[in-house]
Amino acid sequence: MAKIHSEEMFINMGPHHPSTHGVLQLKLHTDGEIVTKIDPVIGYLHRTFEKHAENLTYPQIIPFTDRADYIAAMNNNWAYVMAVEKLMGLEVPEYIEYLRVIIGELNRIASHLLFYGTFGLDSGAFTPLLYSFREREKILDLFEMTCGARLLYNYMWIGGVSHDLPDGFIEKTYDFLNDFYFRKDGKDAITEFNQLLTGNKIFIERNADVGVLKPEDAVNLGVTGPALRATGMNWDLRRNTPYSIYDRFEWDVPVGKGLYGTVGDNMDRYLIRMDEMIESAKIVKQALDQLAGVEKVDVQAAVPKRVKPDAGKEIYFRAENPRGELGFYIKSDGSLKPSRLKMRSPAFCNLSALSEMAEGWMVSDVVMILGSLDIVLGEIDR
Amino acid sequence: MDINTIFKDLQDAFGEKILALDAEKSSPEKITVKPDALLETVSFLRKYADCPFDSLLSLSGVDSGEELAAVLHLYSNQGACTLAVEAWTERENPEIDSVASVYKTANWHEREAYDMYGIVFNGHPELTRMFLADDWEGHPLRKDYVPADYWHGMPIPKELSHKMK
Repeated sequence: MAKIHSEEMFINMGPHHPSTHGVLQLKLHTDGEIVTKIDPVIGYLHRTFEKHAENLTYPQIIPFTDRADYIAAMNNNWAYVMAVEKLMGLEVPEYIEYLRVIIGELNRIASHLLFYGTFGLDSGAFTPLLYSFREREKILDLFEMTCGARLLYNYMWIGGVSHDLPDGFIEKTYDFLNDFYFRKDGKDAITEFNQLLTGNKIFIERNADVGVLKPEDAVNLGVTGPALRATGMNWDLRRNTPYSIYDRFEWDVPVGKGLYGTVGDNMDRYLIRMDEMIESAKIVKQALDQLAGVEKVDVQAAVPKRVKPDAGKEIYFRAENPRGELGFYIKSDGSLKPSRLKMRSPAFCNLSALSEMAEGWMVSDVVMILGSLDIVLGEIDR
Repeated sequence: MDINTIFKDLQDAFGEKILALDAEKSSPEKITVKPDALLETVSFLRKYADCPFDSLLSLSGVDSGEELAAVLHLYSNQGACTLAVEAWTERENPEIDSVASVYKTANWHEREAYDMYGIVFNGHPELTRMFLADDWEGHPLRKDYVPADYWHGMPIPKELSHKMK
């Protein structure tokens, strides 16, 4: 049989492709159905965040960080205000730290729930989305109770938070956590999620062994967060470089084990996030338990009237966000505005690893590999 | 790992190309090097004895008003220490060594710094703009940047950015 002559083909995926989770264009170089290289084209959502930041005072920047990673806006606020607090040498009351951990971890669960829903959609399963949004809605209701907003909160302030927990918040959060994971009758949401999607044969076939990433490659490519832990590397900033009050809670760092295939495949990245939701639920529960014994303070009392770090000071601070390590590099010139603010967004670095991960896989696998990275374009383009 | 030891080892290896150490105002501590020594400095740190800096956290362009710089934040997983390395270059023909051959993640970070500051990274595999259109004029994060009035016949809105001030 004569050899079929094939030459490299070039396919455009996006910027309006439903699987790209926003406006992202992928230039696929393919040999037949096999992907040889991917050139992601980003910038469609570029809103000049860093240029704006140079013209705004430090507290005015907080709402802009919401809009970077709009799925985990609380965590973005938090990382930024911690960076500024460290730059100024500002101590935060213990009570505030507890509020931040509770709210931040709830937002992590909400973010991973969105991943669970959309990852199901990517693989052709529609139903999981409905179940995940049912749970996510409960968290958004809690946030709405607290600060009035459902998506973009501006909740964490430098030195404090905007609102104290409202009446009934603690009971409602306990109820949510109970329904989500802690009830022992097998009707909790996590069990339901696993029954719906995790054990599904089609889902496993599409994800096991696909898009394998090795730990040394992941470190060199700057991959962080759940995608890094899925490679088998035990690395979580909350554990390895403890910030805030994370050293007071008992929880595990989920690590990829290759339960369904190879360590570091799509399935591992999916399972890590499922496990992380449980760990976050544990942290929130412990924080709520401990909160009763913490002295209550006015949540805005420690908020400085003028945020004015010393001239020439600079800091690079990073925190563990749902998508990975969010870093802020802030350079102060002694005025009310930063002279330089750079946001090292985790999804930006994770996306840059896509080409290496997808090489040798089919076009339809690219959708799943991209989905397993859980990107948010608002954060990539800034 | 002690920062002074790292600084001294770098000075022993590269002499005058290692310019300064800032351990007071910068967190993490920052070492300033000449722009044409950045690659060899980073390659040295990548294989540094007890504390190999195996991951590049971030690479940021900086404009002081007079000069441009690239600031790298390195982390060592083995030694659990962070370090900043900085290289300043002139404004007219800004050229700095690319470290993309050492850290693959630098590829996109350098493209971003090129896009926003116009810093040319020597040795980068394909230095093109990251966010903006390829035919965009100027480098927006420079302090003296003035946006054009039109791009392909479309007016560039400026009112909003003025109101911000």
